[in-house]
Amino acid sequence: MQYIDHHAHMVSRTTDDYQQMALTGCVAVTEPAFWAGWDRSGADGFDDYFRQLTEFEPARAAQYRIQHYTWMAMNPKEADDRELSRAVLARIPKFLDRPTVIGIGEIGLNRVTRNEIATYTEQVELAIAHGQMILIHTPHLEDKLKGTRISIDVLNSFPTIERERVMVDHAEEHTLPLILDQGYWAGLTLYPNTKVSAARAVDMIERFGPERICVAGACDWGPSDAIAVPRFIFEMRRRRHSEDLIRRVVFDNPVQFLSQSPKFKIRPRLAREGALA
Amino acid sequence: MDSRSPLSPKEVVDEYFIENRTRLLEIAAFLDRLDRADAAYSSRDFRMQAFTEALAAISAGSGRLERIQLLLSDPTTEPLGALDRKSAFGAYDKGRKG
Repeated sequence: MQYIDHHAHMVSRTTDDYQQMALTGCVAVTEPAFWAGWDRSGADGFDDYFRQLTEFEPARAAQYRIQHYTWMAMNPKEADDRELSRAVLARIPKFLDRPTVIGIGEIGLNRVTRNEIATYTEQVELAIAHGQMILIHTPHLEDKLKGTRISIDVLNSFPTIERERVMVDHAEEHTLPLILDQGYWAGLTLYPNTKVSAARAVDMIERFGPERICVAGACDWGPSDAIAVPRFIFEMRRRRHSEDLIRRVVFDNPVQFLSQSPKFKIRPRLAREGALA
Repeated sequence: MDSRSPLSPKEVVDEYFIENRTRLLEIAAFLDRLDRADAAYSSRDFRMQAFTEALAAISAGSGRLERIQLLLSDPTTEPLGALDRKSAFGAYDKGRKG
């Protein structure tokens, strides 16, 4: 089954992972800008990283017939450094016109500090000023609920924000209703230990329905799985869910959300294709 | 949306019993391992205090998952004044300052 992984940090992965993703049906990934696992020494390092995201990775993915798109941002893990954040934000606009940049992300909070909130707010302003879609990172573990609430409060403070063009990612059972009830898209990230398992993601689809929900692997440099979405597909089949419902979650929904960027080239499948599946 | 599992109760057990039996034994082994190190330690570590509360919540009927998530969450609403560390702990330290 074809699928789209809307959250994959491919700069941290090998070409073998691209091959596994291609062999399991991946047709496109979107890669949010992220923390390298260590703090960069200055804003120049982000220039190189953004070039890697917009030049090298699309070419590497194309070798496996996977379309690669990216989001530009100062990541939440380094966003507490206000001086560095201001310097990075000043560099982002020049990348926004590049052909595979589809929005601002992943922005948000890590430990929910005042500085992180200030940087996050400035990035929401940047996205709105440039008409960009937004991908929100929500904090992990004990910080998830508090951080998600504050992240949504900040978004809601912008009266002109187009909620259907914002995805709040890393949702879990206790934050998913907060996100969906406010009209935003929600992402479920399938990740060992700190996020959700495939089984819990299927539980959430069963409990809350498939509307405005996408799933992703969020693979990065840590313990993670480049083919987490196919494992979700298998879990859905294990529960006897229909192929049409599965395809809606792993293909139709991400296409619906991502197609709001004119740069995203994958089109919705025709209804008759679904009927024939 | 019908929120029931499409699986019958017996099918849910058939599919998921063995892997969850394994998880149950892993938790028991973890707690025994901790006891072998120091049986009194759990009462001094905020993570294990929350873990113990979560174990009790599992036995309290449906809604277990959200109850445990709330037990493990930071209940405060004010942002931190300064960054303390990069990573979360996994449970909220009720005794933390600031």
